Amino acid sequence: MALSLVSRVCMRQILSQHRALSMYYTESHEWVNVQGSLGRVGITDHAQAALGDVVFVDIPEVDLDVDVGDEIASVESVKAVGDVASPIGGIVVAVNEALSDSPTLVNSSPEEDAWIAEIEISDMSALEGLMDKEAYDKFLLEG
Amino acid sequence: NMIKQLTHKQWYQRRVRGNLLENPGWYSSYTPYQAEISQGRMESLINYQTMVTDMTGLPVANASLLDEGTAAAEAMALCYRQQKKNKEPVFFVDNAIFPQTLAVILTRSEHLGIKVVVGDYKSFDYQTPGLCGVLFQYPNADGKIIDYTEYIEAAHANKALAVCAADLLALALIKPPGEYGFDIALGSAQRFGVPLGFGGPHAAFFSVKESLKRSIPGRIIGVTRDADNGLAYRLTLQTREQHIKRNKATSNICTAQALLANMAAMYAVYHGSDGLLSIAEKVHFSTCIIAEGARRAGHHIDEGAFFDTLKIRFNNDSAYDDALINAEIRRINLRKFDEPNTIGISLDETVTSEDLDDLLFVLGAPSVKNLWQQYKPRDGGILRTKFERTSEFLTHPTFKLYRSEHQLTRYMRLLERKDVSLVHSMIPLGSCTMKLNATTELAPVSRPEFANIHPFAPTHQTQGYMELIKELHDDLCEITGYAAISFQPNSGAQGEYAGLLAIRAYQKDIGQGHRNICLVPVSAHGTNPASAQMAGLAVVSIKTLPDGNVDMDDVRAKCEKYKDNLSCIMVTYPSTYGVFEECIRDLCDLIHENGGQVYLDGANMNAQVGVCKPGHYGADVSHLNLHKTFCIPHGGGGPGVGPIGVGAHLAPFLPGHDLVPPMNTDDPGSRPCGQVSAAPYGSSLILPISWAYIKLMGPTALRTATEVAILNANYMAKRLAPYYPIMYTNSEGFCAHEFILDVRNFPGCNIGVMDIAKRLQDYGFHAPTTSWPVVNTMMVEPTESEDKAEMDRYIEALIAIRQEIQDIQDGKIDPEDNPVKRAPHTMAVVTADEWDRPYSRQTAAFPLPWMTPAKKIWPGSARVDDAYGDQNVFCTCPPVEAYSIDDLSK
Repeated sequence: MALSLVSRVCMRQILSQHRALSMYYTESHEWVNVQGSLGRVGITDHAQAALGDVVFVDIPEVDLDVDVGDEIASVESVKAVGDVASPIGGIVVAVNEALSDSPTLVNSSPEEDAWIAEIEISDMSALEGLMDKEAYDKFLLEG
Repeated sequence: NMIKQLTHKQWYQRRVRGNLLENPGWYSSYTPYQAEISQGRMESLINYQTMVTDMTGLPVANASLLDEGTAAAEAMALCYRQQKKNKEPVFFVDNAIFPQTLAVILTRSEHLGIKVVVGDYKSFDYQTPGLCGVLFQYPNADGKIIDYTEYIEAAHANKALAVCAADLLALALIKPPGEYGFDIALGSAQRFGVPLGFGGPHAAFFSVKESLKRSIPGRIIGVTRDADNGLAYRLTLQTREQHIKRNKATSNICTAQALLANMAAMYAVYHGSDGLLSIAEKVHFSTCIIAEGARRAGHHIDEGAFFDTLKIRFNNDSAYDDALINAEIRRINLRKFDEPNTIGISLDETVTSEDLDDLLFVLGAPSVKNLWQQYKPRDGGILRTKFERTSEFLTHPTFKLYRSEHQLTRYMRLLERKDVSLVHSMIPLGSCTMKLNATTELAPVSRPEFANIHPFAPTHQTQGYMELIKELHDDLCEITGYAAISFQPNSGAQGEYAGLLAIRAYQKDIGQGHRNICLVPVSAHGTNPASAQMAGLAVVSIKTLPDGNVDMDDVRAKCEKYKDNLSCIMVTYPSTYGVFEECIRDLCDLIHENGGQVYLDGANMNAQVGVCKPGHYGADVSHLNLHKTFCIPHGGGGPGVGPIGVGAHLAPFLPGHDLVPPMNTDDPGSRPCGQVSAAPYGSSLILPISWAYIKLMGPTALRTATEVAILNANYMAKRLAPYYPIMYTNSEGFCAHEFILDVRNFPGCNIGVMDIAKRLQDYGFHAPTTSWPVVNTMMVEPTESEDKAEMDRYIEALIAIRQEIQDIQDGKIDPEDNPVKRAPHTMAVVTADEWDRPYSRQTAAFPLPWMTPAKKIWPGSARVDDAYGDQNVFCTCPPVEAYSIDDLSK
């Protein structure tokens, strides 16, 4: 048990060094960070800036079965609501409870601490249609 | 009237009527979007919310809903949303519910795809798959008080929510819903000092347990901090609402019943907990006397506790027949049942000992005096039973400080003084039509002949109302070019919903019931897609062109794509951008060619009356906002009235009513699309306002009013154009009755639409509509009621603010510490010993020469912090010792 835990930690460290490679982006401003068969989903820095001060995040329930494009969460600011469409399909295995108490995490750390759901990915091919960081930045510039 | 079923007649204090209901300082204000100049009525609405949470024993309440029937339908929708995983949702309703509540629920359920099971709460199977909620009435429609605890637990065991339709006055005496474990409580606040008015308008109350607070429909007032760190009120959790979430909103409710909720709040403020308790006891003891008399006379009343309502079965036919005759002689209305020899009696706070003697005479029982001599409390009394309320309520000082006529009058005046309404200055809210609410038009509202009629009174007693409604019907048909009108919808959004139901019923009738696509331009008001969703329609968006017109190519493409399933389009004319779109006839034809119907949103009818008729240029159905075009005041956020006009082919499908069918809906061949409000004619009491307006104006003046409304808008647009870009006009450069100012782009400074809106308050004005229909812009609608001098003052204020912005752009004043960014300025700030700002106090408070101290309107708070209020939701009266928001979190 201890050993496997260590190896997972090591694995994460290795992966985090290549974080840019595991990050994928959508045209609707979600990101997914893929670690093995797990994908963490959130909204991008661009999306949080457009929303303004976030006041509430409606997080999904664990065990929810989602398809690509399903609405899994919504992020509310004072003046707008952003629906979060899942970039990947699978089963929700964890949700970020911290967002219930601190919705402003979405503003302060949109692409790290403010992950919304962790999904066990059912079909990796869904990632093929997504953008990497460079392509997403270019997409934003072209507006 | 002893009918009950929702409404109670009572003597409401002349004081509250004169200072609130009949006072333009209260009735002529708008929904409190501009928080700093709406602190007074928001304080009153938070008193209302506090009263509702106290009475029902549930911690979060909204600022009112349209009526008890729609509140129950909203509760069902809330249960359904909580259980979204259910493929086949079921909602159980106990059969001892008011029939008008059930009718509204059944209509709503049909298009949401919810199966409603009506039955006996004791025999229902609470393990029914898909059960999302259960609804019990307490006391129930027959007057019985029942302990539902085990059935609530059974519902919870199946993950369903439990909803309680309750009687607000009874809750002073009996255990509140929250203490039984109910998740939602609702009902009518009418008996808290609001006139019967032939069915409305009344405020419905709605409260929920803590975990449901973000799902609660309608407006909610919350507490937040302002820029000076003081406590302030604002509308909270607006992101749930239709103007942001559109077809995913929690409801389509836009208008609430603010004026009536405020009346109910003042009733509670004045009476306090012991006052309410003594009123409730009087009503209850009077009912006990009637029960005793009925039993002595040999009639049957079921075992069990009651509050104010009895169902009495006579011991023989002749006694029953005699009773009906005697009731007629003594001028008493009784509720009749389908069951043989059975009547219902319900008492309220106006009951006198003479009334009781009359009733006892009808029952063939001894008089009060004789009964009293040998009275022994028998079965049915609440006191010292398990139903008696033991918890305190209305403990906040607000419900103790104003319990004399003097103090109550001063309190109402204190609150009124904080708010900007039409008594101060023009309120040119685009799309809201804040026109004059003339005294003559409003006079009938407080006449007892209109105010004290029960909606289910026998029709021979309501002939005056019928005549007035018929005349208003015919006049509105002539104005709109439609064949028939339904007055049942009690808000504009409710009208949209009713109109779409009529379309769906018609299409079903001609074998086209599968049609379920509703086209909605992206420029539409948010209620349009929200209402479409409630009518079971799938919303498909239509693009708008850069010039603001509907993209006809996109309409053509979508018509082609969905021609087999196209149900209708919802379009606004003149457009929400304030332009008479030249393509409107072509658009209507195109939709008809593809099997669809045209829903024309009547929000902008003020630009059409006497000039053009929706029924003539191709629309099939419209709602009319009588609270805009036809002079009913906005009430500070309701009431509204949203009747729908329809073409002849849709007329048979207008909403009906099971108890009192509205005119023409019980004709042979008529097939009503359901029932959308609790009362047959919705908010009947305020229909005389629109009737009087039309009669006073006549056809020529109505047309002139429209022309002047358009002229005024074009005058303001032309004068403002050199200072702010005007966004949309027609091909000849004109707007309709409103126009949009583009305030999105001031290079070199950080000024947005909200800064201008708040700075306008310093100039004594309410902002135009902000960020709608175009984000970060302002829409101005002066109406025909404003003269040139008032419009000139408004224009001067906007020009002066533009110069202030220019000074920021030019670097003459600080980009953050300037009068625009720090607006509005309260009296406390301007008169404080300390003044460390780089601009003068004069500039802060009296920026134009004609602004004198005598004319100054001070905002009730500094700029409110929206984000803080939504992150820290607090929706009841703050403790009096709390001077800053930090005190609340302790």
